[in-house]
Amino acid sequence: MNRIRMHMLVCGGTGCVSCDSTEVKDALVREIMEHGLENEVQVTITGCFGFCEKGPIVKVYPDNVFYVRVSPDDAKILVGEHVIKGRVVEKLLYGDTPSDIPFYKKQMRIALRNCGLIDPEKIEDYISVDGYEALGRVLTGMTPQQVIGVIKGSGLGGRGGGGFPTGLKWELTAKAAGDKKYVICNADEGDPGAFMDRSILEGDPHSILEAMAIAGYAVGADEGVVYIRAEYPLAVERLQKAINQAEAFGLLGDHILGSDFSFRVGINLGAGAFVCGEETSLMNSVQGGRGEPRIKPPFPSETGLWSKPTSINNVETFANICPIILNGAEWFSGIGTEKSKGTKVFALAGKINNVGLVEVPMGMRLGDIIYSIGGGVRGGKSFKAVQTGGPSGGCIPASMLDISIDYESLSETGSMMGSGGMIVMDEDDCMVNIAKFYLEFTVDESCGKCTPCRIGNRRMHEILSRITKGGGTLDDLEQLKDLGEIIKICSLCGLGQTAPNPVLSTLHHFYDEYEAHIVDKRCPAGACTELLRYTIIAEKCIGCTLCARSCPVPCISGERKKVHDIIQEKCIKCGICYKKCPVDAIERK
Amino acid sequence: MKLTINNSEITVENGATILDAARILGVYIPTLCHFEMPEVGVVNRTGTCRVCMVDVEGRHNLLPACSTVITDGMVVRTNTPRAVKSRRTMVELFLSNHPKDCLVCERNQNCELQSLACELGIREVKYNGERMKFKKDTSSFSLIRDPEKCVLCRRCETMCNDFQTVGVYSAIHRGFSTTIGPAFDLPIIDTCCTFCGQCVSVCPTGALTQADNTAEVWTALYDKDRFTVVQTAPAVRAALGEELGYKIGDDVTGKMVAALRRMGFDRVFDTNFAADLTVMEEAAEFIERLQNGGKLPILTSCCPAWVKFIEHQFPELLDIPSSCKSPHEMFGAVAKTYLAEKLGIDRQKITVVSVMPCLAKKYEAARPELMYGEDRGYVDCVISTRELARMIRESGIGFQSLPDEAFDGVMGESSGAAVIFGVSGGVIEAVLRTAGFLLTGEPLQDVEFHELRGIRGIREASVNIAGRDIKIAAAHGLHNARRLLEDIRDGKALYHAIEIMACPGGCVGGGGQPYYRNDLSVVRRRGETLYECDRKNPRRCAHENLEVKRLYDEMLEKPGSHKAHELLHTKFTKRTGY
Repeated sequence: MNRIRMHMLVCGGTGCVSCDSTEVKDALVREIMEHGLENEVQVTITGCFGFCEKGPIVKVYPDNVFYVRVSPDDAKILVGEHVIKGRVVEKLLYGDTPSDIPFYKKQMRIALRNCGLIDPEKIEDYISVDGYEALGRVLTGMTPQQVIGVIKGSGLGGRGGGGFPTGLKWELTAKAAGDKKYVICNADEGDPGAFMDRSILEGDPHSILEAMAIAGYAVGADEGVVYIRAEYPLAVERLQKAINQAEAFGLLGDHILGSDFSFRVGINLGAGAFVCGEETSLMNSVQGGRGEPRIKPPFPSETGLWSKPTSINNVETFANICPIILNGAEWFSGIGTEKSKGTKVFALAGKINNVGLVEVPMGMRLGDIIYSIGGGVRGGKSFKAVQTGGPSGGCIPASMLDISIDYESLSETGSMMGSGGMIVMDEDDCMVNIAKFYLEFTVDESCGKCTPCRIGNRRMHEILSRITKGGGTLDDLEQLKDLGEIIKICSLCGLGQTAPNPVLSTLHHFYDEYEAHIVDKRCPAGACTELLRYTIIAEKCIGCTLCARSCPVPCISGERKKVHDIIQEKCIKCGICYKKCPVDAIERK
Repeated sequence: MKLTINNSEITVENGATILDAARILGVYIPTLCHFEMPEVGVVNRTGTCRVCMVDVEGRHNLLPACSTVITDGMVVRTNTPRAVKSRRTMVELFLSNHPKDCLVCERNQNCELQSLACELGIREVKYNGERMKFKKDTSSFSLIRDPEKCVLCRRCETMCNDFQTVGVYSAIHRGFSTTIGPAFDLPIIDTCCTFCGQCVSVCPTGALTQADNTAEVWTALYDKDRFTVVQTAPAVRAALGEELGYKIGDDVTGKMVAALRRMGFDRVFDTNFAADLTVMEEAAEFIERLQNGGKLPILTSCCPAWVKFIEHQFPELLDIPSSCKSPHEMFGAVAKTYLAEKLGIDRQKITVVSVMPCLAKKYEAARPELMYGEDRGYVDCVISTRELARMIRESGIGFQSLPDEAFDGVMGESSGAAVIFGVSGGVIEAVLRTAGFLLTGEPLQDVEFHELRGIRGIREASVNIAGRDIKIAAAHGLHNARRLLEDIRDGKALYHAIEIMACPGGCVGGGGQPYYRNDLSVVRRRGETLYECDRKNPRRCAHENLEVKRLYDEMLEKPGSHKAHELLHTKFTKRTGY
């Protein structure tokens, strides 16, 4: 019999896989075989650890050592030193500590509990960490009403962005008339930079299937659909494997665990339209129609997929279900704030040191996430704002770092929870340009159905483009505000209703930056190239001619050993002279 | 359900929308995309234009009145500053993306966007920016699609998908580039479009318009070497007046004839003459099939949109429609043979113009099997009721002060049976009158078949003729046609004869008629006028038409003869699904 004394968990999330973690695993396996240790040391591919910035990650149990940025070449030393000699390989540690990494210190992992812990492709691994116990408990000892009662009592809100009480959604679907009902898992994670749903599906697919089955039991549905983006091939593959395994184990299919309850799950691939994350668009898409929203009401709980009552929840929401069933509503509602219960997963991105996935209790101070967990702004630059809630969220300025992270507080700032994207910006980011960037995304992704979103957002984007090119007027700012407010209150679906948020929130918090673009024709962050001005500081110029020789236009005049000059009318603001000048004699403003 | 709108309380039925309640209260809420014809099951409640936005207490966002179903105790305000401002903004946004060539637009003064801008008193468009550029689709003989003028109300889509179940239109592209068109942006001629023109009927702007054939007509009229013959379809006389200052449903036959003469037509004839001829041929074909075990039911083939529909959608059933040409094509064939001979004019010199309530007739006239020689059709040119009205206005004819004049002889006489060809149920009723006579040898006691009349989608009747129960159905709207055809295909429907017309209410609601704008009572009123014309006619049956009799005597011998088949019958073509 094998006596495994050591586990080496290699991250198999998409981020690490793209940094060769599969090769790392193969190299580790090879090394272990070479030393004949295959019966003592087991190498496992797991789900995402969340600390993507430092991937590929290898974690060694039972020593609890966390190795970062491991390359396939490191396999030799890892096995030779750590596995055989029991010596920690210090050069692969994060900082100087083998565990107890600050990134994880303040986290509380419920939805991500199994990511980085189990092999997502083995149902046995899932079962060994209490997997399918919640489903068993529900089917053997609880009525659907009791299940709904627990979820309601937990205070769990929809993690896809809206925060709508999950238990209530289930209750409405359960109460809706109809013998055919559906449960949908919304895995059409569309916010750029957000990847918590992908990580959960890649790292812990069974937890979603189990939760969907519980939802099916609670609402009276016998069919589940996971709507997942085709751009998530690894998640799709693991989910399909998980479905096959669960069916083989009798945990999905007819008469689950010998009960009267039957439930099947199918996968529906999305083609990548952002709007298909909106529930009614998603259902149109599943039905083979164009991904565009329907008027609500009727809500999906009454008239959903194929016009049948449907409960649709997001991946992260489902990921919370089993722990709630196992630990009870009170346990969950004890976490978080008065109105926002539990934890939330955030995808940290942008100008932050620790890019990755973090799960924290609701109510944590925004600044703590960015500094204690995220490690602060990259390159020692100063923090300017954080954009939360995906492309249709808002920008929160430095002055508000003390706010608590919960649904209400975020809304008050003009932003939103959204799916949990958190993009950090520093002094080099121009807020007008950022607003334009996000709006461009929603303009591209608008389905085109309703007027305010289709034409209104486009007009706002045009105004922003004008401003970033120096052609804006102060009237434009009034127009932006007016139009933005109207688009918010008139659009048909959530996409349009939130699309102006980046513009409105930056207008509110960074009005002076807009003014600078319009009145001074200047971009304070130096990001809007068309507003930049390159000039030569006469006192510094040594007349080396390097700038003139590098200029592609050319627009720099001057003789050797004499002060040079940039002809502004001709300058295309490419910045080459600025980079080439050996004496920093070129000023960029 | 109780609610208040602008402080007035009202109780409405379950399922009613804010707009429904507001209309009952007399509170006006502007709309653009909204379109409903509940009588025929058409509901375009897409809520896309966002013009009808209103404030509802307790709701952070505005709600679209057209598609928000009332909940008990709702408190609605239609005129809060933000609601009024939003409405204006929506219209301004539309205008910012609209060509604004109103002065030269087909829909000038008849455009719902234009009216809305006028109503809201919009004097400038604050929002300027890029305008979406699309190519016009002029590929078909019937209609022109100009997506730059599309406001994405989705009415055409609803008509095409729900009412006609043809499904040519859907939203294509995304975001700002979204428009409504055939899949893959195919030219409409390459689709299964039936050219019924209902999309044109319901389009609020100039995005969908008819193909314009008036120039060809003017050219023929001005050409002294050409002998111009015009025929007017039954439904035209009941609708033309609407465009020329008359009340809905006023019969303007006499003035129409006078106007056509003054425009310069050498002969002004009536398609009704050919409708009687169609009855003779179709009744003969029906009796032949009935008595000799032929294929039943027989389906009428007067409606070219319906014919194209069955060719695309049920190619396996092409042996059931009657082989009769449609009346205006029969007219063309007779005009270029019998009439040419009678008048001693070379048929190459005759131009036959059809004035039709229909856009599909434009396409029909170009079907190869309805041509003689290489490229000459029996009918040279088809214009719609709307086009005729425009030509009359352009001629400077004082329509209302014209005397009532009669159609010219030889091909101008008609029975009451012919005039009801313009209304759904009329063709089959007309055929029954004559078939009954032919089967029994005696005139029918009652020539009116009321079970076959009305606006219901499918009407059925069982008539005992000569001891035999004849089961009849009449349907309008191709979704009803589809239902009947599926039943026929599956052997579930046992009818002897079926009439199908594509447009709501039949030709009176045709795609070439004056716009009925969401109001089927207009169509119904026109239909009543035709039934009235029938009642007033001393001759109620086609076989009583003396000019038709003479035509058989002098040329065609008898209904269904070889000669009649050569000239008056046609064949159908199997086509593909989309």
